[in-house]
Amino acid sequence: MDNRARRAILRAMTHDSDILIAGGGLNGPALALALAQSGLTVTVVDAAPARARAEDDFDGRAYALALASQKLLAAIGLWPMLATNAQPMLEVKASDGRPGEGAAPFFLHFDSRELDQTPVGYMLEDRFLYRAFLHAMEVDPKITLLTQTAVTAQEVVPGGIRVTLSDGSTRLVKLLVGADGRRSGVAERAGITREGWGYGQTALVAAIEHELPHQGIAQQFFMPNGPLAILPLPGNRSSIVWSETDANAKVISALSDEDFLAILRPRFGDFLGQIRLAGPRFSYPLNLTLAKSYVAPRVALIGDAAHGVHPIAGQGLNLGLRDVAALAEVLVEATRRGEDLGAPDVLDRYQGWRRFDSVSLALGMDTVNKLFSNDNPILRAGRDLGLGIVQAAGPLRRAFMRQAAGLSGPLPRLLQGRAI
Amino acid sequence: MTEDGMEAATQTIDPAEVAKFEAMAAEWWDPNGKFKPLHMLNPCRLDYLVTQIAAQFGRDLKAPRPFDGLRLLDIGCGGGLLSEPMARLGATVVGADAAGGNIPVARLHAEQSGLQIDYRHCAAEDLAVAGERFDVVLAMEIIEHVADPQGFMNTCAELLAPGGLMFCSTMNRNPKSYMMAIIGAERVMRWLPVGTHDWSKFVTPDELYALIRSAGLDPVDRKGMVFNPLSWRWSLSDRDLSVNYVTASVKR
Repeated sequence: MDNRARRAILRAMTHDSDILIAGGGLNGPALALALAQSGLTVTVVDAAPARARAEDDFDGRAYALALASQKLLAAIGLWPMLATNAQPMLEVKASDGRPGEGAAPFFLHFDSRELDQTPVGYMLEDRFLYRAFLHAMEVDPKITLLTQTAVTAQEVVPGGIRVTLSDGSTRLVKLLVGADGRRSGVAERAGITREGWGYGQTALVAAIEHELPHQGIAQQFFMPNGPLAILPLPGNRSSIVWSETDANAKVISALSDEDFLAILRPRFGDFLGQIRLAGPRFSYPLNLTLAKSYVAPRVALIGDAAHGVHPIAGQGLNLGLRDVAALAEVLVEATRRGEDLGAPDVLDRYQGWRRFDSVSLALGMDTVNKLFSNDNPILRAGRDLGLGIVQAAGPLRRAFMRQAAGLSGPLPRLLQGRAI
Repeated sequence: MTEDGMEAATQTIDPAEVAKFEAMAAEWWDPNGKFKPLHMLNPCRLDYLVTQIAAQFGRDLKAPRPFDGLRLLDIGCGGGLLSEPMARLGATVVGADAAGGNIPVARLHAEQSGLQIDYRHCAAEDLAVAGERFDVVLAMEIIEHVADPQGFMNTCAELLAPGGLMFCSTMNRNPKSYMMAIIGAERVMRWLPVGTHDWSKFVTPDELYALIRSAGLDPVDRKGMVFNPLSWRWSLSDRDLSVNYVTASVKR
């Protein structure tokens, strides 16, 4: 082959950016920032309009950020923008309850002082988190953000993957990341099948204003039909995640706000005084979906695209950020040793690091939820005793806490708050 | 043998060894194919190379194309498993292989990856005779395949510019390496075809240092490369040079 022909091929092979991320929710931007700060060029494609996601109105949605997730946000430079609006969770109390009966005598009590680091985690409203991501992406010269744009096709070609966008244009990149949620088009087009099952439960989500201060304590009541989590927000507000059977949830969703509060009150209890709604109500059917593989040729999946989990401990985003931290570290290390970012052995390192962790956590939460979502008196007695035993066994409880806080296992550097 | 108009000089190449690798050439880039062991070893080898090159030439690995301006020779480049990463990091790479079948495979793959690499079907001696000089010379997993190790080492030294860095990795010769590399890798795990390695050609670290010094180079570093069956990964070791190991040497 003569030199001219070779140069033509090389010209044709120029990548538009190193990586294209489909999905502009939270995991996609977090990965984009981590990679861009390590010198890689990233295109983020988001089907939604940017401003719609960053509107100022509080819509009631909030995240329970594990300590490790907070460290990641600090490592990518976002925490200073978020800290003033974040509510530290100083304690997590879990108890078994039935409406009108209050909490069972044995209490599962997680106190941040036991972890040698305070606090246990942070509550953060969706609007603040997304706004910080949006701002950071806009000022980073290595990130191109395309909103109201979707990926419509993808094709593995020699040396890369060619991605077709909804405006008809194409981008040649080394790796396509699917951060496009539990119905991931990236995964589907890559031929990755999913396994999923419903819980027959729906989560009712709302923000509550209450009379008394929550003192930074998160509460989780395990009720017969599903758990009720009360998570502290700044001020005298809390976010509730109330899981009910699908049938009950359908009825409850149709109720007026007053009737909704009337049936919430006996479950919620009166430890925070009078309560009222502080925003709109949302409902999400609970189901678990797992992609059978997290990688395909020149494709990697993160967040719900890889694993949609039951949000009982706010673990969806935390798990997603663990994917972000692991994938960013694998890709940046590969870059620094000159490897091809989309090479199968590079992607296998990511899959090997993440898949066991997320599958075990997903199945673990499934089991916990099934065990507690039951009103059988024998099981109930066993649960009360079991919670008491967990409470008494310090090391076990601390291990459980560390897992929930995302502090166990071989941690990617970003989750330790360190640069890659 | 003459597709590039360059006849291979064969003073140090054992023809039987060349034929063996030629038969495997097409499989170079399949991480689960015949060269799986090299793909598995590659991150560990690359970590060593990039760290040592950056230290020798004062380069920052966090910068883009940190090896810009460095001329690098990859002897026994095969399919380009080391040449491509080095080119991606900015080095001007010449990949040389005495097995002609590897060259078109490597060229095609580099072009598909958008990399400009000068692959040549020739022996190291040909380049030395032509007066070529390099900042970095890689002789990785090669010395145990040559007929005249000292002659080969002398050629590597000749190819280095003053201040240049030469890497040589090989396998130690002891009962453990016989168990791991011959019995384990070739017969039990079937990672490598039986007969890939001739244990009697393995080189102890002391022997290798003697070869390096006789060639007029200063050995500056050596590390073991150790396979961990639990993590299923290779990693560098300061102490364990009992099977695979790698050395760095400088031409003063």
